[in-house]
Amino acid sequence: MALHNILAESGEWLSGDGPQSHIVISSRVRLARNLRNFSFPGWAKKADRIAVLECVKPQVESLPEMADAYSAYSQDLSALEKQVLVERHLVSREHAAKGIGSAVVMNRKQTLSIMINEEDHLRIQGIRSGLQLKNVFKLVDKVDTALGEKLDFAFHQQYGFLTACPTNVGTGMRASAMMHLPGLVLSEQINQVIQAVNKVGLAVRGLYGEGTEALGNLFQISNQITLGEKEDEILTRLNKVIEQILQHEQNSRVSLLEKKAVLLLDNIGRAYGILRHAHSMASKEALNLLSCIKLGTDLGFFPEDGRLLVDQLFMETQPAHLQKSSQQKLQAEERDTLRAEIIRAKLAKFPKPDGKKAIERGREERKEKEEKDGRTE
Amino acid sequence: MNCDVCKQKTATVFLTQIVDGKMQKVNLCDACSKEKGVTDPKGFALADLLLGLGASEEMERSGVGQKCPMCGFSQADFKKTGRFGCSNCYEVFSEGLEAMLKGMHKGTTHTGKVPQRLLKARQHAEELKRLQRELRKAVDDEKYETAAELRDRIKHFEPGNTGAT
Repeated sequence: MALHNILAESGEWLSGDGPQSHIVISSRVRLARNLRNFSFPGWAKKADRIAVLECVKPQVESLPEMADAYSAYSQDLSALEKQVLVERHLVSREHAAKGIGSAVVMNRKQTLSIMINEEDHLRIQGIRSGLQLKNVFKLVDKVDTALGEKLDFAFHQQYGFLTACPTNVGTGMRASAMMHLPGLVLSEQINQVIQAVNKVGLAVRGLYGEGTEALGNLFQISNQITLGEKEDEILTRLNKVIEQILQHEQNSRVSLLEKKAVLLLDNIGRAYGILRHAHSMASKEALNLLSCIKLGTDLGFFPEDGRLLVDQLFMETQPAHLQKSSQQKLQAEERDTLRAEIIRAKLAKFPKPDGKKAIERGREERKEKEEKDGRTE
Repeated sequence: MNCDVCKQKTATVFLTQIVDGKMQKVNLCDACSKEKGVTDPKGFALADLLLGLGASEEMERSGVGQKCPMCGFSQADFKKTGRFGCSNCYEVFSEGLEAMLKGMHKGTTHTGKVPQRLLKARQHAEELKRLQRELRKAVDDEKYETAAELRDRIKHFEPGNTGAT
C-alpha cells in the first residue's frame, strides 16, 4: 500500500464517531518495548540499529492487524510526508527526525502505528476517536502479546519492561486523551483544572505532546506513572479524571450560555467573521478560530451537518497537510494565503451563527431547574 | 539562598516534606513555585519536583566511572541524556536506581503485564518445584509407587523436554 493512498483517507479517529467525541477528540495508548541484548536506539551504533530494524520489521509486518499496512523506512520518507504523519499523530516528532535505521508500519485505518527505533526499539501505538482508552489498550495489548512470542523483549523481574528512559519503565504504557476544552478556557477555569490534574499524578500537555502549546483549546491528558500500577489500574484512574474534566467542560458551557451569553456570541461571531473573510491566516490563528466554530456547533449555533467539515479543517489547515494538498513546498506567507483561501471556500455556504435558540434553551433549563429546586425546598 | 530549580533567583518558598520517613527540603523562588503549582503545600507532591533535581545525583551514588560491560554506557552519559544505554544498564546502575524510580513512580516493583514467554517459564519452574516437593514427601512417607510416578513426571520437565507435562 502506498503512502498517498493511506493519506488520501482521513484516519478513523478524525471521523469523530467514538463515544463523547464532541469533547474527547481521540484516545491513544502506546507501549514501549525493547529487545534484550541490544543497545537502545539512542545509544546504539548504526549497524546495531539496522540489525534490530531488520529483525523487528518483518515480525511487525506479518501481524494479522497489519494485513493491509503501509510500511516505510524513515530515510525513504520526505520531510513533508513525515510532518503529515506527525500532524495525524501517527508518528512522534522525535521519530520524524530519524533517518537510516528507523521505520514505521501503520494499518490502513490509521488506528495502529508501530514505530521502530524511536527512543525505544518498538513503540506500539493505537489511536481511536472519542473516549475509549480500554478498547485502544485491547488492540495494542494483543499486538504486544503476539510480538512478544516472536521477539525477546527486555523484561526485568522487578522493574518490568525496560525502556531507554526510566520514566517509562514497568508497563511502558502511556495512555492519553485529546480533549477540546473551550468552555473551561473561556470561563477561565482551565488553570485550576490543570493544577488539579497535575496533583493526581497525571500530565496535561498541548496539541503535539511534551513542551507544546495548547492550540485550538486542545489538551492532552496522560498518565505519568508506569511502574507500580497495573495497566488496568492506570487506565481506570485516567478514565475517571477524563470523565470529570468532561463533566466540568459541559457544566462550564451551560453556565456560559446562562451567564455570559454575550461573551460566547462575540467569540463565535468574530471567529465566523474572520474565517469567512480573512485573506491570510497563520495555522495558530486558524486552530483557535476553528475551535470557536466547533464550540458553536456543539452548542447548536451552527447546524449539525457542518460538524465534519469543521473537524476536517482542523487537520487540512495544518502546515504539512496544506502543502501536501497543493503538492508543493510553500513559504510561510504563501501557506497563510492558501490556508485562508481553503477556509473561505469551505465555509462559503456555512450559515451564520444563530445563538438565540441555544440561549433560550439554556434559560428555560435554568428556569425549570429553579422551579424544581423551589418545590423541593 | 538561591532557588533549587532555576538556581538564579533568591528562594522565598521553603518546603519540607517527610517521604517514607526521610526528610526532603526544597527551596524555590516566587516564579518557580508558581510554575510548579506550589500554592497548596498539602496537596503538592515534593517528589515530582525532586525528580528533576535529584535524578542525576541519585545515580551518582552508584559509583562514578562505572561502565556497562555490555554497551559501554557510563554514569556521565546518563547525566547528559537522562536515558540508559541498554537493558543491562538497569542492573549495572541499580544502586541509585531504586531511589530515582521511587521519586518518579508508585513504588519500584512492576505489577502489570508479564510477557507470555516468561509467564510460561515461570509456571514451568513453579510446577517443577511442586513436583519435587511431592517427591520428597512421597519418599519420606515410603510411598514408592507414587514416588516413581513423580520421578517420571519430573524427568519430562528437565532440559530438552521443556513444555511437556
